[in-house]
Amino acid sequence: MNALVDHFPALQVVVPMLMAPLVVLLRPRGLAWAACTMASVLTFAIAIQLVQGVLVGGPTSYLMGSWPAPYGIELKVDAFSALLLLVVTGASVFALVGGRESLDGQIEAGRQPYFYAAWLLALAGLSGIVVAADAFNIFVFMEISSLASYVLIAGGPDRRALPSVFKYLIMGTIGATFYLIGVGLIYMMTGTLNLGDMELRIQAVADQRPILAAAGFITVGLALKAAIFPLHVWLPNSYTYAPHMVTAFLAACATKVSLYILLRFDFFVFQGNLEGHALQFTFYLMPVAILGILVGSAVAMFENNIKRLLAFSSIAQIGYIILGASFVTVAGLTAGIVHIFNHALAKGALFLAVALFATVAGGLRLDDLKGIARRMPWTFGAFVIAALSLIGVPGTAGFVSKWYLITAAMELGTWGLPLVALILVSSLMAVVYIWRIVEAACFGEAPYEPAAPASVPPLLVVTLWLTAAANIYFGLVPELPLTLSGDAAADLLGHLP
Amino acid sequence: MEILGLYNYWVFAILLMIGFYAVIAKRNLVKKLIGLSLFQAAVFLLYITMGKVDGGTAPIFSGTGDAIFSNPLPQVLILTAIVVGISTTALGLGIVVRLKEEYGSIEEHEIQEIDEQ
Repeated sequence: MNALVDHFPALQVVVPMLMAPLVVLLRPRGLAWAACTMASVLTFAIAIQLVQGVLVGGPTSYLMGSWPAPYGIELKVDAFSALLLLVVTGASVFALVGGRESLDGQIEAGRQPYFYAAWLLALAGLSGIVVAADAFNIFVFMEISSLASYVLIAGGPDRRALPSVFKYLIMGTIGATFYLIGVGLIYMMTGTLNLGDMELRIQAVADQRPILAAAGFITVGLALKAAIFPLHVWLPNSYTYAPHMVTAFLAACATKVSLYILLRFDFFVFQGNLEGHALQFTFYLMPVAILGILVGSAVAMFENNIKRLLAFSSIAQIGYIILGASFVTVAGLTAGIVHIFNHALAKGALFLAVALFATVAGGLRLDDLKGIARRMPWTFGAFVIAALSLIGVPGTAGFVSKWYLITAAMELGTWGLPLVALILVSSLMAVVYIWRIVEAACFGEAPYEPAAPASVPPLLVVTLWLTAAANIYFGLVPELPLTLSGDAAADLLGHLP
Repeated sequence: MEILGLYNYWVFAILLMIGFYAVIAKRNLVKKLIGLSLFQAAVFLLYITMGKVDGGTAPIFSGTGDAIFSNPLPQVLILTAIVVGISTTALGLGIVVRLKEEYGSIEEHEIQEIDEQ
């Protein structure tokens, strides 16, 4: 058993990746779903084990084929990656366990095995990015997860998914290629691809201009992948027209993983080694974050399709994460990283609720949702809890990250005060767009009388309530994500001189 | 000599920009994909160029011990990147086929007009 535990970082990726081709062969109805869910639950269990390992014994590194680190391929699990693993595998499990009926309704039976195979590949790619400690491996995993998620998004019945996924493919590939150029420039100057080794060797590079160019390429490329404003244009339509469960899965973790590499590169590799990098990082990303928060929230306030509304809110939330990181302080980074976790909880739950609304309502515009609260009070209750967490009401997970973000902004002194005001204003904007949904759902007259009560998938209601309960639990007992993000922030900033 | 010595890097930059221009400016989706392929191919050239050592040969050990070898690692990396590029192009073309089936067009603005109706 012990021998198996040592291989957990690799198994995290290998289990879903090997399961994917097997799933394609599983033709009987429901079997592909069962196998995919099983693999997903297994990776979730491994992720929990890894988190415990990190909490007890600190970061672990795994050498592929026992080749020593800078020459062989290294996998590394530290506090930051453990937190992300939890988010990625958890989102996959919740979306799959609850999503069977919803996916059955949206994906043709004959294509389901392929769909679930793509799901597993996306899961493998996303976990791979998080555990890899090698710049080129990260690129390959990034492309595996992206290609698979293009397939997932285009898999639904809505034809409007196709133009949006094409746009996503173009922008995603440009982002990944930019990242590849950056890695190439670093490799040219240092001759290494291992992140830890890279950090040491950049210090010895005399001419830093290529490294500076590399930092620019990598930051912009990953900002495209992470949908940081103004590079977010692919996100709203992709999330809106994807199958509901795919939106729940990807909204919770896909952009977060790109943010993870962005932070890892900028802090771990560049921060201590490039002159003035902290300043450049702040002055490039802070305005972008502020604009993202304001524009994302403002557009969400006027949006009529509930999925699009939540997608624009995601762009604002990505802004919060970047804003926290752009302070370049331990408090700010902790706030940003903990928000990765908390936002995944809130947005995941919201999109699960949207999938439930879709089983009953005729469409997903606010007009279609009129009176939905009376028809499905339980679902709507969970939706409101998750929405409160998104706004940041005390007692929910969202409050914890907002609180830490405001504390971090206060630490900055006088010029932190406008930022505090910004966070408060944007939270009020969130109240406005959430209220529009609540108003339509509670006080609107149903557009038509339902002929018969539609069947609501019970498992989905259960998973929805579990995630909603998690929003409250991590609001009251935030130790786990806070410890992990605190460690991660200290580790990332520990590389500063 | 300085400029000529950097010939490959100039080609890299120009090819990259031609591809990027096609992606942004062309409305035809297949042309966009051609641009994307060019964009990726330019990066392959960057990697291959940096691995080349002046006077270096293929890194096959001949027993003499004093031969100069080119760096094989970038070439191996690019082999992987080429596979990634092909998969992306194939998937992109697959999406274009589906778009043609659903919308009857592969022109970006026409698809947009159909969606807005």
